[in-house]
Amino acid sequence: MNIAVCLKQVPGTTEVKIDPVKNTLIRQGIKNITNPFDTYALEEGVRLKERFGGRVTALSMGPPQAVEILREAITLGADDAVLLSDVAFAGADTWATSYTLGKAVRKLNNIDLVICGRQTIDGDTGQVGPELAEMLGVPFIAYVSKVEDIKTGLLRVQRMVEDGYETIEAHLPAVITVVKEINKPRLPSLRGQMKAKSAQIPTWTAQDIGVEKERAGLAGSATQVVKVFFPQRTHRAEMLKGEPSTQVEALVEKLREAKLV
Amino acid sequence: MAIRVVKEKCTGCETCVSACPFGLIDVIDGTARIKVEGCNLCGACKDACAFEAIEIGKLVAEAPATGEHHGVWVFAEQRNGEIKGVAYELLAKGRKLADTLKTELCAVCFGAGVRNVDSLTAAGADKVYLIDTTLLMNQTEDPYVAELTRLAREYKPEVILAGATPFGRSFFPRVAAQLHTGLTADCTGLDIEPEKKLLLQTRPTFGGNIMAIIICPAKRPQMSTVRPRVFRRGVPDLSRKGQIVRVDFKKEAVTARTKLLNFVADISEKVKLEDADTIVSGGRGLGKPENFHLIRELAAALGAAVGSSRPPVDEGWISYPHQVGQTGKTVCPKLYVAVGISGAVQHLAGMQTSDCIIAINDDPDAPIFQVATWGLVGDLFKIVPMLTEKLKGS
Repeated sequence: MNIAVCLKQVPGTTEVKIDPVKNTLIRQGIKNITNPFDTYALEEGVRLKERFGGRVTALSMGPPQAVEILREAITLGADDAVLLSDVAFAGADTWATSYTLGKAVRKLNNIDLVICGRQTIDGDTGQVGPELAEMLGVPFIAYVSKVEDIKTGLLRVQRMVEDGYETIEAHLPAVITVVKEINKPRLPSLRGQMKAKSAQIPTWTAQDIGVEKERAGLAGSATQVVKVFFPQRTHRAEMLKGEPSTQVEALVEKLREAKLV
Repeated sequence: MAIRVVKEKCTGCETCVSACPFGLIDVIDGTARIKVEGCNLCGACKDACAFEAIEIGKLVAEAPATGEHHGVWVFAEQRNGEIKGVAYELLAKGRKLADTLKTELCAVCFGAGVRNVDSLTAAGADKVYLIDTTLLMNQTEDPYVAELTRLAREYKPEVILAGATPFGRSFFPRVAAQLHTGLTADCTGLDIEPEKKLLLQTRPTFGGNIMAIIICPAKRPQMSTVRPRVFRRGVPDLSRKGQIVRVDFKKEAVTARTKLLNFVADISEKVKLEDADTIVSGGRGLGKPENFHLIRELAAALGAAVGSSRPPVDEGWISYPHQVGQTGKTVCPKLYVAVGISGAVQHLAGMQTSDCIIAINDDPDAPIFQVATWGLVGDLFKIVPMLTEKLKGS
């Protein structure tokens, strides 16, 4: 079983604050982290390797500093890591990203399974996994919550759908995205940390993986951002003032008037 | 380089520094420096610069002006033969888009034994492309991907919309990849730029802290997903007549690549947030998981479902199905009570269309008060139990 896990370095956006005067993001103190959903993908890759043998390669497309999360991936059990970094990759939308990742997975050769997180916390699109499957021309299963078995080129998984669970079988090679419920990521091992220290993490450029520059990065992106803005809200709530008992009194009165209770 | 500062023109005035919504510009040695990583080329700095010192190398390709693509399509998702609510919401929006573009609105529906297909025309569709075959029973997304791709290649719509349901989010990106076109996820606003007939797709980004308007200038169709309950459905017009086009199903679309072996309904799932008339949600202000009982008790008194903002879910205080927001569920109840929730955009994106919103928070400046109908500033640990008691008595 050769497994590739796709990881993205993202700003820890849940802690992002807005400067109320300048109306800009306050970046100071925001740490770059591994996309939280991807940590479950990595953990599952390592567990599958432990169950079925093989190797786990961590893959990330990003700026040079994204190598940090790849080194971390090695402390968490990945055998190898590759960084995809090139100015030609910058500004990629999900189509261009999955095209580039697809080229890298092909170059890795003999990958049986690609695992992605269900979505990132910065873009929140959840599109790279399914688009990558199409780029590779292989089966795709989203929202995997349990890998039941892998044998004779067949993968059997449980996945979450809105009203329950489905058991699905797919031919390998395949791409899956995993949900949080699938596992509990481990902590870095001492052995992993030692290994990560000395690990050689190659950087592959567009040329290395045969990416056509007009299909990667901004040039290859079908979508474009034309404007960004901060949501403006001018409406103010009607404030119910006073002691808690007065506030509650007033609120219940309002609810009754509006026939909401 | 996608974006660059023309050193000769830059005066180091710092106007661009405060214009950048992402805080990516510094002035070093009298010249602006832009950190490329994180920049999405929105152009705010370029617009602000009085010296034309910032250049952005955007795609110059224009939309194919051949007029080859026309029509707005809505993928009408069904489950077990029942068409989902989001299909009607998208048809209401799609009708407006199609009217602006002076083109037709089509619904595309695939399934086995789909009921009330006429409701799609009543909701605004001029035409319904319908594949109804038992071969689609117990299938994964594969045949849906194959057939929607085939129809889109054949009929060349200019826009296709789908619900950002779990199914939609899994199958629709694959169609976009096959069609080599762009897809914008979880749009909260859709509009038409009339001159170039571009679809303007507004979506929250950066964890919901910023809104971005996205276009797909050079590829067709323009594709978007929209979460359920973001748009409102219209009033069905039963007198509207539309054409139902039955499309033959290509059997080869059913591949042997993935196979659905079994389905187990989750009966333990009692969180039907999307359908609830009243929701009481708790946030970080609760402080610790044990305090969620305050939310549950208030919810019980109101006959409400229990929701949560993102932090309690991330902290493991309550399970993910309860999460309301950009990465959780979008809800639109008659009454939404937000307790100890500050109101990050990520949360607001999931609940701000509720009919009536009550916010209880100790921070008078919390953004939640900007969307609330009634606000109570104070100690939730005093207010909530009192409110619960009072409502129980009534």
